[in-house]
Amino acid sequence: MFYISIPPFDVQLETDIPAVINSINNMYQYSLKPMEDTEKFSDFHIKIASPSRIRKHYRPQVQFYIDGKTPFKPLPLSQAFPFFEWGLNWCIASHTYQYLLLHAAVVEKDNKALILPGYPGAGKSTLCAALVSSGWRLLSDEMAVIDTKTLELIPVVRPISLKNESIKVISEFSASAEFGESFLDTAKGTVAHMKPSKQSFIQRIQRAKLKWVVFPRYLATKPTQLIEKEKGEALIELAENSFNYNVLGSQGFNLLCDLVASAQCYKFEYSCLDEAVDLFQSLVEEN
Amino acid sequence: MVAPNKIVLINAFVHPDIVLTLNLSEWDLLVRQARSAGVLARLALLLKAKGLYEKVPEKPLNHFNSAIIYIEQFTYTVQWELYLIQKALNKHNIPLILLKGAAYVQADNDAGKGRLFSDIDILVKKEQLQVAEKAFSNHGWLFEKLDKYDQEYYRKWMHELPPMRHFKRGTNLDVHHNILPLTSHKCPNADKLLANLVQEKGDGIWVLAAEDRILHSAIHLFYGGEFEHGFRDVSDLDLLFREFSKNKRFWHKLLERAVEIEQSEALYYAFRYSKLIFNTPIPEEVLDSVDISFSVSRRAIMDFLLIRALMPDHDSCDDQWTGFSRWVLYVRSHWLRMPMYLLVPHLLRKSWMRVTGKAEH
Repeated sequence: MFYISIPPFDVQLETDIPAVINSINNMYQYSLKPMEDTEKFSDFHIKIASPSRIRKHYRPQVQFYIDGKTPFKPLPLSQAFPFFEWGLNWCIASHTYQYLLLHAAVVEKDNKALILPGYPGAGKSTLCAALVSSGWRLLSDEMAVIDTKTLELIPVVRPISLKNESIKVISEFSASAEFGESFLDTAKGTVAHMKPSKQSFIQRIQRAKLKWVVFPRYLATKPTQLIEKEKGEALIELAENSFNYNVLGSQGFNLLCDLVASAQCYKFEYSCLDEAVDLFQSLVEEN
Repeated sequence: MVAPNKIVLINAFVHPDIVLTLNLSEWDLLVRQARSAGVLARLALLLKAKGLYEKVPEKPLNHFNSAIIYIEQFTYTVQWELYLIQKALNKHNIPLILLKGAAYVQADNDAGKGRLFSDIDILVKKEQLQVAEKAFSNHGWLFEKLDKYDQEYYRKWMHELPPMRHFKRGTNLDVHHNILPLTSHKCPNADKLLANLVQEKGDGIWVLAAEDRILHSAIHLFYGGEFEHGFRDVSDLDLLFREFSKNKRFWHKLLERAVEIEQSEALYYAFRYSKLIFNTPIPEEVLDSVDISFSVSRRAIMDFLLIRALMPDHDSCDDQWTGFSRWVLYVRSHWLRMPMYLLVPHLLRKSWMRVTGKAEH
């Protein structure tokens, strides 16, 4: 049994699958809590296990259980750890209405936070991994968690999930980036996880103030450029990228209004990570 | 069996003050049981009403807050959906009559507070059914994918149209013309229910009379075969009993009505299990006057099955007989629903569809 502390969430994970145990020990190294404390409250009780005894040997599968329930169909055993990561994303997104949740990466430098909302394939995680490898603090790779009263960004420090070419791109970009195992043939292609920097773990309860909302787009032939974005347009795209905007109703709309009003909003096209990182560094220094 | 008074969720409903004594791992179990049973928001609102909300530690409080935010939006969405359903029916002068969860919300019953439901159930007079069906399909409610067999099965034997879903909003609508299948020998006369409707808010929306609301809830729970929400449904009954018993002569009227629409057996079950699980204050003389006689052995069997089936749907509340009990009650519900000469071919077809992978659900 693992107790994983990912403030503001506590996760209990039961598994006997060696690949998951290894990945958890590696990727969540700094987040594991000792078990002896009996006074515990876990937000999510997850089990990753084989769904049937019969299929333990023939085309083995793995299932994701949240408190005994199975919201998903089983996956091939080789995808057990990515399944945990996706399942945990789902747990947070579908049980957490006290925060506004956006599908976005969040990084911070000099207490200025940058939200990178991402349509799949836009390059949000790649850019996020490059910035974190260049000294930015990781708040989250998958979702921006926003306090509905103060509009502060709340970190949820977990591994950065990279796909396909991005894995090679980031390992070439940064010699110090620590990767876990590569998982082939998942629904999203090859997936590998990058361990967050130790600094991000140390500051994992420190909230950050939003400064920029940047919609990235990786375009192989385009020069690096940052283009100002209409705030109305930014608001609509953030709403489309939100996990729980529909549940927050009018409060959600007002929050997004306040959020884009308080931030600088840009479109960002890039093909070269070095140039991208330099450009964001210059933004930090300008402001 | 896990005794009801050993389950923290039940204790929290029966004596809310006990939450003051819980340690964090007990809170952990309470939140999980409440979520699994679909009563997290109901529990949160109960703690609020009892002035205990401020005492909830931060970790569980986050989950209660989240559930309350969700239920607020849910209730808002339901109001809008009711408005649209009423609009579709109004053109044809068909009154909107709500059943179950939506009715509790409409009537501001305690059972409606924090109550989630996945479909809106409405009642339409049988002679207006065709017009209503057409009105709904003109307004975007479509039948879920069903083959010819299912369509005919519903229309010929059931007490409702096949379930409808709005093509754009994805909301579900169940249109009933009675509260039990026509094939069931317990099927009441729908006209008697329609004769006693009440309008709670003067907005043209009707619900069953208080006594009928209880009897329908009991029929649905004790003759139905789905116990995933059994705990929540018996909690509905407990809350309805407690609320209505403040009215003068309520118990007397309830007993009388049960005889009138021949539902004394369902009422007996409702009394017995609501009291056994939630310690509902039902006077002894009321319990004794239900017009039904059960043999000791039959009562023991039903206790064995129902107390297990009605526990929160969570591992911590199950024993080795829970799954079996729910299965037996599921089979029983089909048995009650139709005579053997219909039941056997129907079940055979269902299992054939499942085995060959042709089943949609």
